[in-house]
Amino acid sequence: MAERSFVEEVKKLRLSGGEVFSGEGILAVTKALLESGVSYVAGYQGSPISHLMDVLADAQDILADYGIRFENSASEATAAATLAASVNYPLRGAVTFKATVGTNVASDALANLASGGVVGGALIIVGEDYGEGSSIMQERSHAFAMKSQMWLLDPRPNLPCIVQAVKDGFELSEASHTPVMLQLRIRACHVHGHFIAGDNRRAKFTLQDALQTPQRDVSRIVLPPASFLHEQEKVQDRWPAAVRFIEERQLNEFFSADADDVGIIVQGGCYNTLLRALERLGLADVYGNTRMPLYVMNVAYPLIDSEVLRFCEGKRAVLVVEEGQPNFVEQNLASILRQAGSTTVLHGKDTLPVAGEYTASELLKGARSFGERYGRLQPLPVPPPVRKVFALKEVSAVGVDDGPAPAVLGPLADSVNGRPPGFCTGCPERPIFTAMKLVERELGTHHVSADIGCHLFSILPPFHIGATTMGYGLGTASAAAFGRPDGKRAISVMGDGGFWHNGLTSGIANAVFNRSDNLTIVVDNNYTSATGGQDILSSTALNPTRSTGHEIERAVRGVGVKWVRTLRRTYDVAGMRDLLREALTTKEAGPKVLIAQSECMLNKQRREKPLVRKAIADGKRVVREKFGVDADTCTGDHSCIRLSGCPSLSIKPNPDPLRTDPVATVLDSCVGCGVCGEVSHAAVLCPSFYKAQIVSNPNRWDRMRERVRAAVIGWLQRGDARRREAYAF
Amino acid sequence: MTQPIKLAILAMGGEGGGVLADWIVDMGEHNGYIAQTTSVPGVAQRTGATIYYVELYPAAQATADGGQPILALMPLPGDVDVVLASELMEAGRAVQRGLVTTDRTTLIASTHRVYSIAEKSALGDGRVDSAQLLGHAEAAARRFIRFDMAQAAEASGSVISAVLFGALAGAGVLPFARAQFEDTITRGGVGVQPSLKAFATGFARAQDPLDPATPQPAAMPAPQPRHPAVRALVDRVQQRFEPAAHFVLLEGVRRLIDYQDIDYAALYLDRMAGIAALPAVADTPQLVIETGRHLALWMSYEDTARVAALKTRATRFERVRGEASVKSGQILAINEYMHPRLQEICETLPAGIGRWLMRSSLPRRLVEKLTQHGRVIQTSSVHGYLMLRTVAGMKRWRRSTMRYAEENRRIEAWLACIADTADRNPALAVEVAQCQRLVKGYSDTHTRGTLNYDTLMAALERAGSNLAPATLRELRDAALADEHGNQLRAALARHALA
Repeated sequence: MAERSFVEEVKKLRLSGGEVFSGEGILAVTKALLESGVSYVAGYQGSPISHLMDVLADAQDILADYGIRFENSASEATAAATLAASVNYPLRGAVTFKATVGTNVASDALANLASGGVVGGALIIVGEDYGEGSSIMQERSHAFAMKSQMWLLDPRPNLPCIVQAVKDGFELSEASHTPVMLQLRIRACHVHGHFIAGDNRRAKFTLQDALQTPQRDVSRIVLPPASFLHEQEKVQDRWPAAVRFIEERQLNEFFSADADDVGIIVQGGCYNTLLRALERLGLADVYGNTRMPLYVMNVAYPLIDSEVLRFCEGKRAVLVVEEGQPNFVEQNLASILRQAGSTTVLHGKDTLPVAGEYTASELLKGARSFGERYGRLQPLPVPPPVRKVFALKEVSAVGVDDGPAPAVLGPLADSVNGRPPGFCTGCPERPIFTAMKLVERELGTHHVSADIGCHLFSILPPFHIGATTMGYGLGTASAAAFGRPDGKRAISVMGDGGFWHNGLTSGIANAVFNRSDNLTIVVDNNYTSATGGQDILSSTALNPTRSTGHEIERAVRGVGVKWVRTLRRTYDVAGMRDLLREALTTKEAGPKVLIAQSECMLNKQRREKPLVRKAIADGKRVVREKFGVDADTCTGDHSCIRLSGCPSLSIKPNPDPLRTDPVATVLDSCVGCGVCGEVSHAAVLCPSFYKAQIVSNPNRWDRMRERVRAAVIGWLQRGDARRREAYAF
Repeated sequence: MTQPIKLAILAMGGEGGGVLADWIVDMGEHNGYIAQTTSVPGVAQRTGATIYYVELYPAAQATADGGQPILALMPLPGDVDVVLASELMEAGRAVQRGLVTTDRTTLIASTHRVYSIAEKSALGDGRVDSAQLLGHAEAAARRFIRFDMAQAAEASGSVISAVLFGALAGAGVLPFARAQFEDTITRGGVGVQPSLKAFATGFARAQDPLDPATPQPAAMPAPQPRHPAVRALVDRVQQRFEPAAHFVLLEGVRRLIDYQDIDYAALYLDRMAGIAALPAVADTPQLVIETGRHLALWMSYEDTARVAALKTRATRFERVRGEASVKSGQILAINEYMHPRLQEICETLPAGIGRWLMRSSLPRRLVEKLTQHGRVIQTSSVHGYLMLRTVAGMKRWRRSTMRYAEENRRIEAWLACIADTADRNPALAVEVAQCQRLVKGYSDTHTRGTLNYDTLMAALERAGSNLAPATLRELRDAALADEHGNQLRAALARHALA
């Protein structure tokens, strides 16, 4: 079950022609797929396209109505390979994943797909995770489009344009026999807006039709001599066909193209931000009416030479707004202009930052610089240099220096800390790293190879564990060089998501085959939690449309690992510590695999909270647990926080009038996972932690016991209090 | 020309920033505005900070002008009308990012703090100064509306986003009436009543935004001792010590009577009398206060009996009931996580028995085996309570324990060092007194603290009168900077004291 339920949103997928669709950008894409008559959709979840996958998962009955096959692919490579269905048959299909990590994984399949080409429209929707909030390396999908010669759409970030881009993408793909990538930036994926829906379409040619009458065409297969043919086809047939289509359909847009002799060329995705900058500079109005000529490339690749030359004709200079580097578009423009003998001056990365997100302020600066250079904007007056003036002030007599200190504001940066992501309250992964810290105290530090997933937060404070991360599921593989049987063992961490994505083969099987001696910790929390809690093979949830319950331990043993331990309650810090110690010191040769299994707390709470509320309302006996810290025994050292980092474990001012250091405190958000207590036991911290058990709807036995306790303990406590009271003042 | 209304919301994961943005959009769309919102969530949903950005544009204006507004997907610094921050450091972040400007921005922020991991994990006090954040926010904003919204949310059984929404309405910066705000909440259909209540609080507070002045520490009521021996101690403080030191010394007396007995508190005052008699005190009254504070803390060192005493009190049971929000009809059980080890047990026993046990072979191994794992003791059960009460009762032979002898030796040495240093450099003596702050906690933490303390005292001895007070302070801060002592080692090396 995914983190968010889309039951409401799914209803929007049934809207018919003329009705208004209102919602997030990425959801609009799902509707556009239905309106385009797709036969199959596949993908691998990940920000910012997780919601697309989740919506489709919640919409399987609608998909079934239209005969659409929906796959939660094992990896992006699987997803991309799924598009092979469009190679021989007029079947429209779409796949989606996060770029550029997904594009990397998928590139083998994508390259083969692009080589042979397609008959049915093939659309690759990539969530471009670039800029602020991005959690991956800063690269762009553009390079993949160029190297495989696929077309890349980068529409203006509003819902009607995005929806139109989906539909155009299928047609462009069919017209040019080439797979098409649709890139959506993070903010575009999450933008709220509206568009007028069309009718959903059922494909005329179905998957069943294809299976009934299979087709093959050896010229579509990447083998010589066909592969040499593909190379020629790409430039002689497919490219020209694409250019023709893009020109005829006017996928790229011209705004006030002839209004001035300077202009700006911008990728569709950056249009809104640029427009705001131009509007602030007085060069455009809020409706997009602009005095600055604009050529908006909703198709980022290929560039259309004729359109570029048309736009630049008669212009002294153009500025190209291209986010990220290398500056593929700028180089391409330069060659187009040069070969045509154009005298138009080309500006780009000389005026705008070479690297980094093109934020509103960067575009404002760049557009201003361009405007000033060509006299379209008055240069801002340069503020005269400020000379420091020391006013003569009355000062007190020399030696008297204890007047009240003025309230001086220090640099703001000193007061604003970063907020690195951390493990959620009650997360079952935290105690794994706490145990690793404890083992570190005994056996010294080890080389730790991290992986992608929530567990990667262990590299951040307060744990500081993990030296490298090479990619999803590659935790074990990236410790391969250290697999020698002598010396300290390297530790790898891998999530269940990464394990099924590729880690079983690239990591575990590889370690078996190469006789590695390393330890791999597989963090099995029953979901791919980092991408929003989707089910995977080893999930224990009953999923009506997917086959789950396949144990990681059996898979690991299946590929030949002998030393496998499964800990079914990661909150058992001492147990985890002991298993880690054993794994790191055992004489047994070969890779060690430790499976740390506990359910993701976010998902667990989402499932259990309503049930508990209902049980209490129904008068059933329910025990809630919450941890707490006794402020009068806490001495404010915060070891507990350094070993945990739980968001619910915080600090508060010390109530003790003699102490100044803040004391630890447990916030109301505590879910009573028990790690605080386990840690204070395992690490022998301090006796300040207590666990409160609150019984709702107590039964008769509870009440009777409580009466006895209250009588005995209360009597003793009253006596003690009286004795203390005698000395009070 | 008409401009969109631009709002930025800074919130942390799980605080309802998204809900707030959706409310504003929904309110706009139901009341004649074209609305757009977007955000960059990603990993920020797990405790990180997120910015939501909303723009609103009057639909009638767009129709009249025959256009569709192009709305931006990210805030332009200097071009934001309203910034809503769910927490004070997030307000600081908004200022840092240039989103808050004096010419136009109304900043609406909660003044409560959600501490960052850097603040929480410090070995001592790592909190940033809220006054700094407030000062910067005040200086940057055109209008700064602030109050503790976490408290307001809790009081109304709702969440901060509802209070912020109320404060936004109360600020009067959007062209919508209160009813239009409230209808939006009602339309949302989730937790409507608590949200409306929180909204009302936010609305009222925004119209009268002055935060009630931070409660000044109530003037200490005149002590009214009943017990004659206690009265004698109080009189002694009031007659023999400067008034500035009364608060700390009376707290010290109160604490040590509670910790041990009248005689122990008298010993405290004897020791303090020695400090107060130092000639240096005339110029440095601070020395009495700081020594008084830290001597009281040191003399009430945490041992097993003390912990047991604090855990078994009626007042403590009441406090836990409050912290665990136990409602009437519910039953509370309190479980303690204790891990007494051989060392702590030996320390609590009379010195002779303790030493014997430490040196013995079989009994020692037996105790070690028994104390290998921590224990959970249910203080709220009769059995557990009696057990802890018995342990608490062991304070009656505290003076004969190994730990007492050891702590006393250290205390005496520390006091002698203070007196000795005060003759040469009173300011340095104050710093020496404050070094007690390093010794705290239990087990490993206590060992580490004691080690650091010894290191500093050794450095002091080595440097003699050449040590500047600021240097000792720097060393102390370095000792509290990391667990592994790296910074302390570096600081010692820097001052050639290693």
